[in-house]
Amino acid sequence: MVDNNITRHSFDVVVIGAGGAGLRAAIEARLAGKKTAIISKSLFGKAHTVMAEGGAAAAMGNVNSNDNWQVHYRDTIRGGKFLNNYRMAELHAKEAPDRIWELETYGALFDRTKDGKISQRNFGGHEYPRLAHVGDRTGLELIRTLQQKIVSLQQDDFREFGDYDARLAVFAETTITELILDDGKIAGAFGYRREDGEFLLFEAPAVILATGGVGKSFKVTSNSWEYTGDGHALAMRAGANLVNMEFLQFHPTGMVWPLSVKGLLVTESVRGDGGVLRNSEGKRFMFDYIPEVFKAQYATTEEEGDRWYTDPDNNKRPPELLPRDEVARAINSEVKAGRGTEHGGVFLDVSTRMKPEEIIKRLPSMHHQFKELADVDITKVPMEVGPTCHYVMGGVEVDPDSAESAVPGLFAAGEVSGGMHGSNRLGGNSLSDLLVFGKRAGEYAALHVDRLADARPVVSQEALDAAVAKALAPLVDDPSDGENPYTVQYELQDIMHSLVGIIRRAEELEDALVKIAEFKKRLANVRVGGGRKYNPGWHLAIDLHNMLLCSEAVAKAALERTESRGGHTRDDHGKMDPSWRKVNLVCSYADNGVALRRQPVPTMPHELLSLFERSELAKYLTDEEIAAFDSNGSKDGDKE
Amino acid sequence: MTTTAATPPRPRAAIAERTLRTDRWWLTPLLTFLGLAGFLVYATVRIFVDTDYWVDAYHYLAPFYSPCLADSCVPGSSHFLGSPFPQLPSWMSPAMIILVLPGGFRATCYYYRKSYYRSFWLSPPACAVPDGHKKYTGETRFPLLVQNVHRYFFYAAVLVGAVLTYDATLSFHGKDGGFGIGLGTVILWLNVVLIWAYTLGCHSCRNIVGGRLTHFSKHPIRYWMWTQVGKLNKRHQLFAWLSMFSVVAADAYVWAVSAGMTDLRIFN
Amino acid sequence: MSTTRHFRVWRGDDEGGQLTDYDVEVNEGEVVLDIIHRLQATQAPELAVRWNCKAGKCGSCSAEINGKPGLLCMTRMNTFGEDQTVTVTPVRTFPVIKDLVTDVSFNYEKAREIPAFTPPADLKPGEYRMQQVDVERSQEFRKCIECFMCQNVCHVIRDHEENKEAFAGPRLFIRAAELDMHPLDARDDRKEFAKEEQGLGFCNITKCCTEVCPEHIKITDNAIIPMKERVVDRKYDPLTWLGRKIFRRDQLESGAK
Ligand SMILES: Cc1cc2nc3c(=O)[nH]c(=O)nc-3n(C[C@H](O)[C@H](O)[C@H](O)COP(=O)(O)OP(=O)(O)OC[C@H]3O[C@@H](n4cnc5c(N)ncnc54)[C@H](O)[C@@H]3O)c2cc1C
Ligand code: SF4
Ligand code: SF4
Ligand code: FES
Ligand code: FES
Repeated sequence: MVDNNITRHSFDVVVIGAGGAGLRAAIEARLAGKKTAIISKSLFGKAHTVMAEGGAAAAMGNVNSNDNWQVHYRDTIRGGKFLNNYRMAELHAKEAPDRIWELETYGALFDRTKDGKISQRNFGGHEYPRLAHVGDRTGLELIRTLQQKIVSLQQDDFREFGDYDARLAVFAETTITELILDDGKIAGAFGYRREDGEFLLFEAPAVILATGGVGKSFKVTSNSWEYTGDGHALAMRAGANLVNMEFLQFHPTGMVWPLSVKGLLVTESVRGDGGVLRNSEGKRFMFDYIPEVFKAQYATTEEEGDRWYTDPDNNKRPPELLPRDEVARAINSEVKAGRGTEHGGVFLDVSTRMKPEEIIKRLPSMHHQFKELADVDITKVPMEVGPTCHYVMGGVEVDPDSAESAVPGLFAAGEVSGGMHGSNRLGGNSLSDLLVFGKRAGEYAALHVDRLADARPVVSQEALDAAVAKALAPLVDDPSDGENPYTVQYELQDIMHSLVGIIRRAEELEDALVKIAEFKKRLANVRVGGGRKYNPGWHLAIDLHNMLLCSEAVAKAALERTESRGGHTRDDHGKMDPSWRKVNLVCSYADNGVALRRQPVPTMPHELLSLFERSELAKYLTDEEIAAFDSNGSKDGDKE
Repeated sequence: MTTTAATPPRPRAAIAERTLRTDRWWLTPLLTFLGLAGFLVYATVRIFVDTDYWVDAYHYLAPFYSPCLADSCVPGSSHFLGSPFPQLPSWMSPAMIILVLPGGFRATCYYYRKSYYRSFWLSPPACAVPDGHKKYTGETRFPLLVQNVHRYFFYAAVLVGAVLTYDATLSFHGKDGGFGIGLGTVILWLNVVLIWAYTLGCHSCRNIVGGRLTHFSKHPIRYWMWTQVGKLNKRHQLFAWLSMFSVVAADAYVWAVSAGMTDLRIFN
Repeated sequence: MSTTRHFRVWRGDDEGGQLTDYDVEVNEGEVVLDIIHRLQATQAPELAVRWNCKAGKCGSCSAEINGKPGLLCMTRMNTFGEDQTVTVTPVRTFPVIKDLVTDVSFNYEKAREIPAFTPPADLKPGEYRMQQVDVERSQEFRKCIECFMCQNVCHVIRDHEENKEAFAGPRLFIRAAELDMHPLDARDDRKEFAKEEQGLGFCNITKCCTEVCPEHIKITDNAIIPMKERVVDRKYDPLTWLGRKIFRRDQLESGAK
C-alpha cells in the first residue's frame, strides 16, 4: 500500500543543501526577512563541509601584511589556468575576508596569531599564508558556527512569534528529487522524507541549490554517499546549464590501503610540513615531473628543496608542493610504470623527516587516522597514497553577482556552481567560495522574491503527479527480477574510475559513453523492495538517475576538450592549448541526456589582466589576445 | 529536528537484553568496591582503637589521629594546635573529631563520588549497563545536593595537609632527642607528598587557582598555576588511590611501632 | 585475506524488532561499517544505517557494538576475535526509526534552548582580538562532531526516560562551558542557566560520556566539573560569600564576568 499524500509547505526561499553554502544562503535570506527552508539529505550539521580540514582562504593579511585581494585573485586564476570566470574570482577574493570575520561574530573560534588576530597558514598555490583555520578541522568549525547562527536566528523568531520555525525551518534527512517549474520559472521543489518516505512539496518562487559535488560516481573518492550530483542534475533538468564539467580535481594523496578506506583524504598539510613522495625504488620522483611553466618556481635538487622548509625566502619550494593536478598525474605515471607500492600507490613519508613528537603535534588527525584505520604508525613508516576523486570544478552556470542560473528563481552556490575555480581549484578556496556566494545567493534570492511580489509561479498537479510517479517507479513488492541498485552503482563507479578518471583518452571516453547509455537502460529496470520507510536501496535507486546524468556530462565534455588543463588530462592531447582557454563547454539537458555546446569564456577586463606579468600571460593567452593586451596597455599609457 | 510538525514521542528499539556488553565490565566496579570497602573497614576499626597513635621516642603521629585535639590525647601527641576539645567520653576517640575533615573531603571528592556512585550505588555500575535504580535525581536535591560543599572541605584539607606536613617534620626526631630519621619518617613523608598531590589536584583547587578566569592571558601567573594543577588533576584518580593506601600504610606503621614493633632506624 | 564472520544486527522499527543473524565476508583492514554496507549490497538492501564521512569526522554512524556505544566507521574488525559474534544495535536512548537509525531530535531541541553566543555590542567584524590561550578551552569543546554518543550513554536519560525533560546532557554541557569560557561572550548567566535549565545537577560525574567520546573531549573534567565549580563560585563558596558580604562586590561588579 502506498500512500500518496503529499505534505505541502509554502516558503519564500528554499535552500537545498545544508553545507557551508546552503547555511550561509539561508542566513542571508532569513535576514532579508524571507521565510526560508533548509533541506538536507543528512542530519543537520553533517554535510560534506564538515570534512574539510586545511582551512578557508581569505586575504586578511594577518600573517603577511603584503597579502591583499589582488594577490589572492592572481593565485586563484593561476591555479585555474586562466579559465576561471574572472568576475567570480574577483568577488571571491574581495569578499572572502568579510565573510570570515563575520563568522567570528557568530561565535567561531579560529586559531590565533600572537597579536590576537585570526591565524593563517600556507597552502599549495597560495603565495602568502592565507588559510584561516582551526587545527585540521576547519570545516567542522565552519559548519557548526553557521548551524549555531541559524539556531540563534530561530531563537529570535521564537521570542517574536513563539515558534522557532516561524521564519527559518530545517528539514533534515529530506531529499529533493524534482524541481517544479511554472512557465520556465521556479515554482517549487518536491522530495521525500527519508525517515518515513512521506512526500513533501515546497512551494517557493526561489530555490537555492547548494548540494555539493558528484564524486560518488567514482570508485576511489574522498566524497560520501551524498555526492551523487543531485543539484547538478536538478538544475539541468530544470533547464539551467552546467559549465566546466570536464574538470574534476583528483587529490594526489588519498589513502590506498586498506581497501576499506581507499580514497580517504590525506591532507595537503602533510607535504606542506615536510612530507616527501618516493616510489618503490626509494626515489623522490617529483623532481622528474616539474613542468616547463613551473621550472622557475621550484627546486631542482633535494638539497635546495629541503632548505626551503627552514629558509623559504632564499630557496625554492620542493616539487612535492606543485599544484594538485601535477602531483596527481606524477603519482599516476609512477604507478603505471611499475614503480608503485604493493597496493598501487606511492610512499608519502614524514617518518624520516620529522621527529615523532613533532609529527603528532602538527598532524594529529592524520596520525590518528592511519593508526586507527590502517594500523600504520606514520611516525615510524611511510604512508601509502594515491590520487582520489575530490572535487568537481564544474557546475551550474550562474550570473557571478547574483548566483542566479538561466532559470528565473533558481540560484546555485558552493561546489554545485561552476566557473569560480576554472580548471583547477586551490586548496582552501572552496570554504571561502561557499561563504561568499552563499551569501550572495541568499541575498539575490530574497530580492527575486521581492520583485515577483504577488506574481508567484504555481505548482501544477501534472508536474506533481509526474514527480510522484518517478520517485515510486523503482519500488515494488518483489524486486527479484529487477536490477540491484547497488550493483549498478558499483559498476558505474568502476567505469568512471577506469575510463573517465585522472588520465583520459578519446577511445576510453567513447567507450564510457556507450556504457553510460547502457546503464541508463538498466536503470529503468532497477527494483527495490522493503517499502518507503528509511530504505537506502530505494534512495540509491533514485539518486542513480542523477549520478548517470552527471557522469554523462563529465564524459561528454572530457571527450570534447582536446587539450590538457588543470583537472582534465588527455593522454592523446597532452598539451595545454591557448585557443581552448577561450572556450567553455556547456552542458544542458535534452532527450533524457546531455547536450553539449561551446561558449566563449567571459573576457577578463584589462585592469585585472594587468595584475599579471606579461611573460606569464604569454604562457596562457593566444597571440591575438596578447597583442590586444599590449595595445590596451599602450592606450592606458597614452591616457596618462 | 526542526520539522514543522512535532512528531509524538516514539518507542526505543525493543532490545530484550539489558546489556549486550561482552567484556568483563563488572570487574572494575568490583575492585573499586573491594578497595573502598577495605579502607572503610580499616578506618572504622582504627578510630575505635584510640591507642597506639603516638610514638614518643621518634615523634611519630599516626595520620588518623592528626591533629589530636582533645584533652584525652596521649601526652605529647597534641602539638601547636593545643587541645580545644575537653576529655572525650570513653566511646569517642580524638580521631573521630578530626577525621570529619579528610573524610568529608574524600567523600565529596569528584573522583570518589564517581567511584562509589558506580561501585556502591550502581548508578550506573558501568557504561551502557543499566542503572540499579528505578528513580534518579542525581545531585539536584538533598541529600546529594550537599556534595557542593566540597569547596569547604578543600579549604579544610589544605589546613589538614599543612598539619600533616608539620607532623612529618616533627618525625625527624632521633633517639637522643636530636635529629633522626627512621623508616617511619620516610613513610610519613611519602604519605604527605601523596596527600598533597591528591589535594592540589582537586577540581575545586583547579577552579580556584585559575579555572574560573575567562582571560588567562591577563593573568599569566594564575594561568601557570592552573596548568600545574591541571597536571596533577589529570592523575587525580591515581593520587586518590595512592594517597589512600599511603595514609593507611603510614597509620598502620605508626600503630605497629607504637604497639611495640621496632622502627627501622636509618639515622639516629 | 577474507573470512566469514557471524553478525547479529538489530532489525526492526518502532513496532518491534529482533537481532537478526548474518554470515558475511570480512576482509583485511575493514571496519564494522564496511560490513554493514556489504550486508546492504548483498543480503539486505533496505537495511537502514546512517553514515557520511567514513572517517570519524561527521558523527553520523553512532550505534552500539557488542553493547558499547561506538562509531561504526571507526570500529575495526580486527578488534574482534575471528570466531567472535559481532552484535550491532541502534543507540538505546533515542526512539528507533528503523534498524540502526534512531530519532536524535532530542539533541537538536536541547541545543535550541541554550542562549546563543552573544557578541559584544561595540565590536565590529574584523575587530575581534583573542589570545590563543584564551580560546583553547572552548576550542576543545568545539571539536565535538555531534555523534551524540555521550548523550546516549548517559545513564541519567538512558535509564530514566522521565529525566529527558529536565536534563540537557553532556553534549550541551560542553556547549554551555564553551560559551561561558568564550573570551568575548557577553552573557553572564550561563552558569545559572546550566544549573537551573539544563539540569547540570543530575550529572553524578560518573564519566561515561568522557569514556565514549570519539573526539576524546574531557567532557567531565574540563566542562561539567568546571561548570559545577563555577556554580559553586556563585552560590556556595564560603570565601566568595564572605568577600561579597564585606565588599559588596556583587553590587560593584554586577554584570561583569
Ligand atoms: C575530505 C575533504 C577535505 C576538504 N578540505 C577542504 C579544505 O581544507 N578547504 C577547502 O576550501 N575545501 C575543502 N574541501 C572541499 C569542500 O569541503 C567542499 O567543496 C565544500 O564543503 C562543499 O560545500 P557545499 O556547501 O557546496 O556542499 P556540502 O557541504 O557538500 O553540502 C551539500 C548539502 O546538500 C545536501 N543535498 C545534496 N543533495 C540533496 C538533495 N537532493 N536534496 C536535499 N539535500 C541535498 C546535502 O545533504 C548537504 O547538506 C574538502 C573536501 C573533502 C571531501
Ligand atoms: S558524567 Fe554526567 S553527563 Fe557524563 S555520562 Fe555521567 S552522568 Fe551523564
Ligand atoms: S561530546 Fe564527544 S561523544 Fe558527545 S556528541 Fe560530541 S563528539 Fe560525540
Ligand atoms: S579532592 Fe577530588 S575533586 Fe576535590
Ligand atoms: S561516518 Fe562520519 S563518523 Fe562515521
